[in-house]
Formats: sequence, C-alpha cells, structure tokens
Amino acid sequence: MAGMQEAIDAAATRLDAHVREIVQWHFSESTGTPFWLARREALGFDPLQDVRTVADLARFPLFDGEVLRTEPHESFVPRAYLGRPFTIFETGGTTGMPKQRIGWEDYKLDYEQFSETLSDASFPRGGYWLMVGPTGPRRLRLAIEHLANHRGSSCYFVDLDPRWVKKLIVARDFDHAKAYMRHVIDQAACILEKRHVSALFTTPKLLEELSERLSIPGAGIRGVFCGGTTMTPQTTRFLVEEVLEGAVDFVPTYGNTLMGLAAHKKSLREDGYSISYYAPQPRALLRVVDFDDVNKTVDYDAWGRVELTTLTREFFMPRFLERDEALRRRPCADYPWDGVGEVRPYGAEAQKIVEGVY
Amino acid sequence: MSEAIHIPVLRGGETYASLDRVELASPRDGRVLATISQANAGLIRRDLKRLPERAAALRAVPTRELLAMFKRAGELFLNASLPIDDEGRTQSPDEYVALLSETSGLPHVLCRRNMQKIFTVFDEVDAILRGLTRGMDLSVIDTGFGEHCGVPVAYYPTTEALGVVLPSNSPGVNSIWMPAIALRTPVVLKPGREEPWTPLRIVRAFLAAGVPKEAFHFYPTDHEGAATILGACGRALLFGDEKTTAAYAGKPEINLHGPGRSKIVIGDDVVDAWPDFLEALVASVADNGGRSCINVSTIFVSRHADAIARALAEAVSAIEPTEATDPSARLSAFANPRFAEWIDESIDAGLAAGGARDVTAELRSSPRRVEVAGSMYLRPTILRCDRVDHALARTEFLFPFTSVVEVPQKDMVAALGPTLVLTAITRDKAWIRELAQCRSVDRLNLGPYPTSRAEWDQPHEGNLFEFLYQRRAIQRAPAWD
Repeated sequence: MAGMQEAIDAAATRLDAHVREIVQWHFSESTGTPFWLARREALGFDPLQDVRTVADLARFPLFDGEVLRTEPHESFVPRAYLGRPFTIFETGGTTGMPKQRIGWEDYKLDYEQFSETLSDASFPRGGYWLMVGPTGPRRLRLAIEHLANHRGSSCYFVDLDPRWVKKLIVARDFDHAKAYMRHVIDQAACILEKRHVSALFTTPKLLEELSERLSIPGAGIRGVFCGGTTMTPQTTRFLVEEVLEGAVDFVPTYGNTLMGLAAHKKSLREDGYSISYYAPQPRALLRVVDFDDVNKTVDYDAWGRVELTTLTREFFMPRFLERDEALRRRPCADYPWDGVGEVRPYGAEAQKIVEGVY
Repeated sequence: MSEAIHIPVLRGGETYASLDRVELASPRDGRVLATISQANAGLIRRDLKRLPERAAALRAVPTRELLAMFKRAGELFLNASLPIDDEGRTQSPDEYVALLSETSGLPHVLCRRNMQKIFTVFDEVDAILRGLTRGMDLSVIDTGFGEHCGVPVAYYPTTEALGVVLPSNSPGVNSIWMPAIALRTPVVLKPGREEPWTPLRIVRAFLAAGVPKEAFHFYPTDHEGAATILGACGRALLFGDEKTTAAYAGKPEINLHGPGRSKIVIGDDVVDAWPDFLEALVASVADNGGRSCINVSTIFVSRHADAIARALAEAVSAIEPTEATDPSARLSAFANPRFAEWIDESIDAGLAAGGARDVTAELRSSPRRVEVAGSMYLRPTILRCDRVDHALARTEFLFPFTSVVEVPQKDMVAALGPTLVLTAITRDKAWIRELAQCRSVDRLNLGPYPTSRAEWDQPHEGNLFEFLYQRRAIQRAPAWD
C-alpha cells in the first residue's frame, strides 16, 4: 500500500508541475493563446501567479464548448505555433455545426503514449490493422493510422458516418439504418476475408454485427481496440466471451477529439467486466463531479458528471463538462490517479439516449 | 420469502446469469422480491441464429409424446415445487401465488383461477389442437403429409420459433402461446416486467415433464431486446397498448394483441327482457378483476340504457376492495399506483367534459380510487354515455369499467369498431347474419354468454396453427410412398 500511495503522490506532484507549465504557456505573452490572453483580465485572478496546483484549476469557470463552434481557429493558435498549418478535427456524431479543435502533434503524442499499453502479442508490430468506424473529419482516423504506423503496421479503413446514422434513427428510419450498417459490415468483412489483418479498431455495435458475419478470431484478429459508445458490464462480458469467443484481447477505450484517449484497467474479468478508464495524465485530467454541484468531486464508486480538463501546449481547456456520466474509480497500479467507470451518456437512466447503431 | 430470488435468462433451456439485472419490488412495501437477469439484444440475436438446430431437437419428439408431456407438465405446474433460479431453489404453488399476487396486484383467488386456466391448456391441449386444426389427424404435424376429410393435405412450419412479448396484466394470456410447443415450435419469451413468474413456471413445468430444453428461450430484456425478438423470430405475438403495437401494424408475421374493446349488443327483440341477462353482463364487466381484454368495455342497447346502467352499477358497486388473501376478493390492486391515478384522472376529465355520468358514483361507499392494506384499487365504474363517440365510450381500462350507450340497432354494427369479443344477445336471424359478417369482430358469442367466457376449441385473436403452419398443394403419384 505504501508503494501505491507513493505512486499516487508522485503522479499528483507531476500533475501539479504540468498544470503550472501549461497555464504559464497559454497565458504568457510570448507563447500564449489569443483566446486565453483575451480573457485573462476578466478571470478575477492571475493565472500566472495564482495557479500552482491542480486544485487551483477550480478557479476557472466551466469551459463553454460552444466557443469551439463559434470562435475563429486563430484564437486557439498559441503564439509559439504561429505560421504552422494546423489540422482541424471535429467531434463525433454532432449534427449541425460541429465542435472543432485544432492541433499539430497532440494526437500523435497521445497515441504513442497509448501504444505503450498495448501488448505485442495481441497487436503485433508489423501486422495489418483495420479500422471500422467514424473517419472523415475526426481525429480518430489519423490517430489510429498513426498508432498503427508507430507500431510498424499499416491500416485499412472502412468509414461509418455517425451523423447520417443519427439522422436515420431520429427519423425512425430503421430500415435504412440497418441497410447502412450492412453496407459497412459488407466492406469490413470483405477486407477481413481477403487480407491478413491482426488488429481491429471498431465500435461495440459494429463489432457485434461483424461477429455475426464471421468468426473474429477465425479471421485472424488477435486484438480488438473498441470504443465510441457505452459498454455496460454485461455488454463487455458478452463481447469478450461470445463475440470474441474468449480468444481475442479486448481493449476498451474512452476518448474524444477534445481529450485524446483514456486507457482501461486491465482486469476486466476480476472487476466483473465493469470498465474503468484512466485519462492520459498529465496531458488530460478526468474528474467525476456532483450532478448538482460541479465544484464537488463525488465519492469513490458514486455516479457523477464527467469533467474533462485538457492540458497540452496545443490546447488548454479547463473544466469542460462532458455529455457523459460515470462512477468515480480509485487509482490503480498502472494509473495512480482517479479513473471513470461504466461511462454512459449523461441522463441515460432517465431517458433513452440516441447513441446510434454504430 | 426472506431473500430476493434471482431469475435467470434461459438460452435454449440453459440458465444464464446476466450482469445486468433489474429489481422487482413489492408495490405495497418496496421489498425487493426478485432480481431479474436481463438479456442484452446482441445475446438474443446470437442465440436466435441457432433456432434451426433447436427446432430440430423439439421436432424430434413425436406430437403424441408431446401431448403426454403436456398432461404431466400440467400436474407439475399446478401441484409441484419447481426450480425458480439457477441455484437449486424451488418454488411451491403457494409461493408462486403469493409472489404473483404481490407483484401483479391480483388477489390470490384470481391468481389461482388463472392457474387453473393455464392448467386446462396443459390438460386439454389435444382438444385445443383439434379446435386449431379443425380435427385434423395430428400425425400430419409430424410427417408434413396426411389426409383430412378425405382430401390429401401437406403442411410445413412457417418458422423455427414463436416469439412472444408478454404483458404484465394477466397471467392467463400465457395460455395463448403454450400450444406452440405441441405444434413443435420452440418459444422465445419476453416476460412482462412485473410478471416473470407465470411464463417461467410454465417453462419449468414443461422441462420437468421432459420437453426438450432447446424449445425454451426466456429473455427478460429491454425495448431493443423485444424488438430483436419480434424481428428475428419468423412469427411473433406482441401484447401491448396501441402505442406499442402501432409500430408493427400491417406485418403479417406479427400477431398483435392490443386492447380488446370487447362489447355486448342486445337486440330489439329481447332487450325488454334485459334483467334476464344481467348476470352475464356483470360477469363480463367484473370477471378476472376486469383486467382482461375479454372484459366488456361497452354495452350497446336501443332502449332501457338508464335502467341497465343502474342495475349493473348496483351489482358491481357492491364489489369491495379487500386484502389480496381474502378468498372472496374480486378486485385487483394496481402494481403501479401512478397508473391507477392516471386512469382515475382520465375518467374524471372525460366526465367533466359532459355527455356522460358515473352511475356508480352515488352507489359506492368510497371514492373510485382507494387504498386498502397499502395497495391502490379502482372501484368498478359504470358510465352512462349519451353518444357512442364520447371519449369514454368504447374505451378500455385495466379495471371493471364499462359504458352503456343507447344506439339504434340498425346503427350498432357500424358503431362497433375493433372488438375482440362481441356477445350478441338476440335471436334476430337477419341481424345475426349481419353481425356474423362484421370484419371488426374477432370472437362472436351468440346468446347471454359473458364476453369473458373462453372455450378452448374456439381460438380467438388468430389461429395459432394457421400462424405457425402453411398449407401447401400436394400431389402424389399412385403407389409412390
């Protein structure tokens, strides 16, 4: 236990130092970001002086995600990056004007860091990958390809447009939604049948559909990296035991364009298939906050709203309330900081949330 | 019952304990009586791909043997302690009745009456099959070929399984799917949220009697799971309100069981003798706690409506809510008290709009909605509506509720609308011909039979044999066996 506490303390110290560095970066005249520099005066505190630890981030108001739809991209270019072309990434299934985040190298760093959590046996270096899911303007598409490349592999892609699926479901046009799903699965099955693929990235629903077409281990897949929608313990168990026939390494992930990628605690069976995710600290920080008082963190194993803080030199986004709720999880050996468990859409218990067929 | 029972999923007869469970609590005191494993839609979809092999296991048993198993299963259902969970715990008939009453609101006496009704299906399945097949030699089901009334016949199954999305309101509805097993068709059951007890006990009785386990799939599940069952079984029965069933209207592979809106019409030729029929009218209103789709919702007469409504009101207003264990109980409590509140408010709103009056209001000893021993009841209610298109006429609620409307006999057929059971009390042959040709009536009772009286050789709401088997033309060359 002493070792664990030391690891927790060390991670916290490292996080405090990182918070100071990133806040200094975004608020200093030489490197700062126009968006934050313009708001510095109105904050009511001096970020350069007053933000020393992660606790001091509470002085920032909640981040208004709408600015990612309305502000010009240039507002989010740190002065240190002036003149460097950037990539524009958009959030997943949003219809209408999407939230957009600009970036340079963050997605590569995030996925290289994540690569360290993958086993070489399940995601063999040099083997081919297949991604079946939302590509288009999403960070995920480039990130998966970079992850494959980083591991000496190349990746095939089959696209699924979640915005179209969402429209079909809202219109209750289930026949077309199913036809579109078949179209996607047809393409994926074709690749798996004709090429030697060893690793797969997809969403839970698509994985399940694909398994009804062919045996996933039988197709040569050794590792599945999966995310995008809710996975209850029962869904996870079903995917591991039946869809993957207990013969494929299952790596659930939680992430989005604004955060990057949270890894899971590798003890699914022991944890009753209840998935716990851990943010890529110190580059991103997840908290589970009280539904009614977002300044309070909930107790361990209690439900609350997921709050994300992104802390990179490319992007500083303090205290953004995600559209998700989760259980607050304890630190673990691999990730000595708080995690989020059984993530699901905010209000999922109270109303039916359209997550789409993807 | 000190400790909550765990009700598992059954996958081709094999128990499966899901990680996703919902609690079933007593509406009276909130005690958790059971935790129910929930099947995710993907699991159901995956299982249903194996239906051909599972149907083959059931179809390996000759029909005659299945009929003998039905008899044994009936005795077990009625009298034996049967497995309830996946850990060897059993449930006696008394425990079944107590739990069913606790979660459904039905008094014990009505639970036992429904139990008897289900036993009858087990015990008289051969008569039921005769009714469904119009007396055909049952070996035709085994071999696919045979002769009926001197004509060669051939039948083939339309599906590998019958999907059934069940309600929670009355255990008796399970009698509708049970003959499918005798027709060598596996069943895929989604129990109602508050009533897993009856379908599970029926399945356990079948298993104990030796019916192949592969024939039984029991999936407590959510809307997505229910939609999977309805979409993936070649034939399905769906019980539910209009909102639930509307999405599946026009699909011949799904047999819809919505509100019954059963009715009684009394002809001009006999209406002056209406007191002679009062007993049948009262039974039609109040049998089975007034909760069935075969309870009458509207009575049409051309005259004496006020007197009939008054006499009916006097009879049913004497029915008092009692404790569930009272052997004379005739009313059911509401498992969801808010539902009782909603119904009560809907009736009051309809009355406030004018054109109808609650004849029972001045006769009963308490308000319509009352709480007795911690349970919510709605007392029997008879309305006298001025016109057939009044919002409360031809309306069905989940308690003894009927409106009496005066309609000229010549207009009655046109005024019926969808009617699960029509009791026509008349000897007017011309009018009987007109009623017999009415397409909106499912079952026609001629004479003073309560709408609630069922005869097993007279299937209503579709013929299960014709739903599960299709006739094909057959010609066989002489001596070509």
